[in-house]
Amino acid sequence: MSELTGHMEVNSVEPGAVSPERHPMDALLREERLPHIWCSGCGIGTALTCFISALLKSGLDLDKVVVVSGIGCTGRVAGYVQLDSFHTTHGRAIPFATGLKLANPELKVVVFSGDGDLVTIGGNHFIHAARRNIDMTVICVNNFNYGMTGGQHGATTPVGSITTTTPYGNYEHPFNLPYLAVASGAVYVARWTVLHVRRLERAIGEALAKRGFSFVEVISPCPTNFGRRHKQRTGLDTLKYYHEKGVIRHGADPKSVDIELGGEIVEGKFIDIEKPTFLDCQVTAR
Amino acid sequence: MSEKGLLTGSFFMQGDIACAEGAIVAGCRFFAGYPITPATEIAQRMAERMPQVGGTYIQMEDELASMNAVLGASWAGVKAMTATSGPGFSLMMENLGLGIMTETPCVLVNVQRGGPSTGLPTLVGQGDMMQARWGSHGPYEIIALSPSSPQELFDLTIRAFNLSERFRTPVLVMTDAEVGHMTEKVVIPPLEEVEIVPRRRPRVPPGDGYQPYLPDEDLVPPMAVAGEGYRIHITGLTHDERGYPSTNDDSAQWPLIQRLVNKIRLYKDEIIEVEELYLEDAEVVVVSYGIAARAAMWPLELARREGIRVGMLRLITVWPFAEERIRELAQRVQAFVVPEINWGQIALEVERCAAGRAPVYLVPHPGGDIHKPEQVLAAIRRAVT
Repeated sequence: MSELTGHMEVNSVEPGAVSPERHPMDALLREERLPHIWCSGCGIGTALTCFISALLKSGLDLDKVVVVSGIGCTGRVAGYVQLDSFHTTHGRAIPFATGLKLANPELKVVVFSGDGDLVTIGGNHFIHAARRNIDMTVICVNNFNYGMTGGQHGATTPVGSITTTTPYGNYEHPFNLPYLAVASGAVYVARWTVLHVRRLERAIGEALAKRGFSFVEVISPCPTNFGRRHKQRTGLDTLKYYHEKGVIRHGADPKSVDIELGGEIVEGKFIDIEKPTFLDCQVTAR
Repeated sequence: MSEKGLLTGSFFMQGDIACAEGAIVAGCRFFAGYPITPATEIAQRMAERMPQVGGTYIQMEDELASMNAVLGASWAGVKAMTATSGPGFSLMMENLGLGIMTETPCVLVNVQRGGPSTGLPTLVGQGDMMQARWGSHGPYEIIALSPSSPQELFDLTIRAFNLSERFRTPVLVMTDAEVGHMTEKVVIPPLEEVEIVPRRRPRVPPGDGYQPYLPDEDLVPPMAVAGEGYRIHITGLTHDERGYPSTNDDSAQWPLIQRLVNKIRLYKDEIIEVEELYLEDAEVVVVSYGIAARAAMWPLELARREGIRVGMLRLITVWPFAEERIRELAQRVQAFVVPEINWGQIALEVERCAAGRAPVYLVPHPGGDIHKPEQVLAAIRRAVT
């Protein structure tokens, strides 16, 4: 072990066994588009890593996997994955993905976007896709604010949070996303922070394997715009906060998993049920 | 009904239904929409017919979603359409822009009603013609067609699909409540007699350097769709030929916008379709479109009986605009008369092209009804005095 980093040293690996130029995930990244735009300490890259790991283990035909994003920091995910990928308009990733899936049911459609995109401007599409049980996986990186435009509050911002548009503290009640997803009809709902990478990766894997509307909320640091206004100057500060406040409670009543400033962050798999999808029902109706 | 579920023969058919049947003949197999008068019958017909022809109907939560679902379906390789009216058309504008920017073939039908706002839901209007041209933000070129009868609504819906595939762009069918709700004879020819333009497909296999926005000589790029192994990236951001965002300066914006505009503008002769009547001897030309053009036929006949040498230029393609024809006519006619069911939209275009060589008399109508013959007749008479 290196004393400095605490990481296993790589000298023992035979030369040529692992190319120093290649990362195991490079095959699924558009290298020519890197470096990415995300800030130091941001959690979106971790969420993307977990997604790619889960995808590589999923056994899915990668030529049939489509990633659809909306607008915002997380919305840039579509531009970095070496898959068929669509970077659509703000809030509209889910209806675009609905069109893809229904027109070609062979596709495995993944919507990867942020909280502002998916549940604030795009909230109506989110609840209706869940209601219809459209067969898609929605990964929502929730960093509690609009990062790309400079840290404004949105539908997930906890009460009391200081953002650039809530300078006196947010006084709007936020959405509890797992509760919203379950109430709307999702068949798989989980939440993990980007600290809990193994569990997050497993949850994304389960969501990808699920038939129907599966939803994974990824709690993620935004040191540039949210963390630093809440005594978390670095991404690491926020990860420490997750370590302190994170509580794993599988099967918890989604109603009870609200996120409050300074309160516990309940993580786990909240629901995993079977229900006919939109396309199943459509066939039956005929 | 044929084996494939297509109708063939003569029918007494409503315009909206003819529109849906035209789409089916053109190969449309995906419809996403939201109920709105007077376009609802198109959705209802598609809900009934899509399952019969192996297609998909979905009623979305709003028109924002409808337009996006149509774009998504097109990127899954299926011809797709939506239909709406004024309020829904407004909601579709943002993602019409996404369709233009990403060069997504699809068809958007607007059965226009009286506006602004909720306006006259069941009654006719033509107030969305400039919105059709400029309603989404940014610089772009658009194709819009305007039928005057249920038969033409059927024919132009097929043409709209063909143009959308030919030019890889959303195409608008700008009809109205009168044509949409009118029931008339509609002839549906056998499929083998209908020209269907297929999508232009990549000529290289996946992994062989295909670039989604590398255009052919005519500026239109071949289109790969999701699930074929090309691993395409498609974005509404300004992008290069690889489809990758390029937003730090105007180096990609220039060639992209020039190409998006020119792929249509340079081929406008292929797109523009007009109907001409009595133009050989005309001293006054009625320029109109859709139901307003049809309503102008009778006053035009009356005026000719009075000895006024009046002709008509009916715009079947409204956008791109038939500017060269108007310029030619402006050299030799005394005046233009433009009846339209709005307060002057296409009249502005006619005025621009006439460029002061001939006066342009607008015959406005706020919507709710078509022009009375005497209104148009009075304008024709005034134009020659």
